[in-house]
Amino acid sequence: MSAAQPPRAPNLNVERYRGFYQEMLRIREFELAAIRAAEANLVLGAIHPSIGQEAVAVGVCGNLERADIILSTHRGHGHTMAKGADPLTMMRELMGRAGGTSQGKGGSMHIADFGVGMLGANGVVAANINIAVGAAHAIKLRGGDEVVICFFGDGATNRGPFLEGLNWAGVFNLPILFVCEDNGFAATTRTSAMTAGAGPAARAAAIGIETAEVDGNDLVAVDEVARDLIAEARRGKPRFLLARTYRLTGHTSFDPAAYRPSDEVDARWRGEPIAAIRSALRDAGEEEADLDAIAEAAKAEMIAAFEAAKATDWPEKALAYADVQDIGDPREGAF
Amino acid sequence: MATITYIEAGRQALAEEMRRDPLVWAVGEDLGRGGVFGQYKGLVDEFGADRISDAPISEACIMGAAVGAAMMGARPVVEMRFSDFALCAVDELVNQAAKARYMFGGQTRVPMVVREPIGMWRSSAAQHSQSLEAWYAHVPGLIVAVPATPADNYAMLKAAIRADDPVVFMEHKNLWPLEGDAPESDAPGVFGKARIARKGDDLTIVSWSAAVHVACEAAETLAAEGIGAEVIDLRSLWPWDREAVFASLKRTGRLLVVHEAVAVAGFGAEIAASAAETMHRDLKAPIRRLGAPRIPISYSPGLEDEVRVTAAAVAKTAREMIAD
Repeated sequence: MSAAQPPRAPNLNVERYRGFYQEMLRIREFELAAIRAAEANLVLGAIHPSIGQEAVAVGVCGNLERADIILSTHRGHGHTMAKGADPLTMMRELMGRAGGTSQGKGGSMHIADFGVGMLGANGVVAANINIAVGAAHAIKLRGGDEVVICFFGDGATNRGPFLEGLNWAGVFNLPILFVCEDNGFAATTRTSAMTAGAGPAARAAAIGIETAEVDGNDLVAVDEVARDLIAEARRGKPRFLLARTYRLTGHTSFDPAAYRPSDEVDARWRGEPIAAIRSALRDAGEEEADLDAIAEAAKAEMIAAFEAAKATDWPEKALAYADVQDIGDPREGAF
Repeated sequence: MATITYIEAGRQALAEEMRRDPLVWAVGEDLGRGGVFGQYKGLVDEFGADRISDAPISEACIMGAAVGAAMMGARPVVEMRFSDFALCAVDELVNQAAKARYMFGGQTRVPMVVREPIGMWRSSAAQHSQSLEAWYAHVPGLIVAVPATPADNYAMLKAAIRADDPVVFMEHKNLWPLEGDAPESDAPGVFGKARIARKGDDLTIVSWSAAVHVACEAAETLAAEGIGAEVIDLRSLWPWDREAVFASLKRTGRLLVVHEAVAVAGFGAEIAASAAETMHRDLKAPIRRLGAPRIPISYSPGLEDEVRVTAAAVAKTAREMIAD
């Protein structure tokens, strides 16, 4: 992929993209802190960083209202934060502590914050597509004007829900935007090696959903195309966005990703989205010192979240038996 | 007393709940024309195609969409046509619907009903005849309903629609035309509350769904021989009414579990194990189970009958237990 895009200054909406730059940095720093926590055995389960993919999360979610809905994948920290979730509550969830977004019961792979319209990451690839379609269907049934964003990866396009869900959205004219974050890898295998045909957008188009493609590392381009697609989707015209990006880490935080050559990864780092928007902001007249200050504040915020989560108690054991279902004794027949 | 059929009882229950609550949304293949068995006949005329929704042949999406809609406040009633087809949507039911409330720490609930008609029905062979209720009883988060009578089909479907958790609602296809007493009121049923289908003091037969009628037929035969068989219709497998079973067993000292499903790892095993753990001092004979052999269900009637638990087999086993 290309290096940083040529500067869009002087027309850049500096205020908007300064905010987006800050949000991308917060996500980046959250995930770096989460990786450190995993290395220190404070995060015990698998985490799937989205480092390098932040422009998609922020560029899309930056066009949403609070009442709008998103659904995400196992690689869902960025989407969740971009929709407005609190990083300390999320970090507590990753560490399995009391007061986590899901009371410590879900962890990273099931990160969710229904209060900000984030209906859950999903540990099963593509499973969120059908659920997202149902959320959109409910909005239509009650005549609401919210829109649903369903994020998934390129690997998900090889599962059945991709066909079933997109078809359903088309049949019922649902207010939904499907965002395929194409980072090139399905877990640790190159998706291209396991996928017939002309790729995700061609498949979506064949199902009858209008598509758009974008360089997912170009924040401004993502923002502009998402704005238009979301406006259309909100009117009951389901849309599909293919955002090409790159996962700068391995599949999980412990995956060294030795299956890809280092020069490929080095080249991708040179085109990574945070540096690109920073460069554009600088070219538009923003001061280096101000941009540095934003970065430092994001880092400090996430270090503080890390420390506060680490100092939080474990959940009460009784919570293990809560929220199973209203009737029936979950202890029946057990030890 | 007024009577009603099992299929019509379900239809009326759904219609009443849809009138009562505009958030109830029925969705599945061919619902507009009344459903594959006619369970939805005429409903589209009253409620329109938005609420009696035809769906593509996409079981996974029907189930998954219901999960998403339920999270947004709707109360979906999904139709799977045959419980066998619901296996195309097991991830959506088991990994998603059943887990969401817990996995997200109580942030959401998934109030949906999954209608999965079960059982042998007119040479329908291996992929349209199964009784897989034990699978779902095994999954935390699901309620499993297995009504045997028209009145229960009515009351329990209403309870299922009003429940705030996912309910697997398993109607037996062979019971559709069954006539029975009409419900006495429009009140919803209660899960985990068994029905004494027949009283008796010598033996407790625990059953559910269509097998209840087989057990009652056997009890009739046994009564003529002077053996009093009590037949308990569990109505739901999760939760199941341990107290009713144990109270009966306390009196009779003999437990026979009868179900149409494969005996191996069937829900009868759970009942037998629970009774053995709790009631062993009251037992006068070994606990027995009657279920299907572990073979797929055949098409040809003679072969199909090989998996059928008959009233004669129930009566024979009961006699053995009394003689034991």
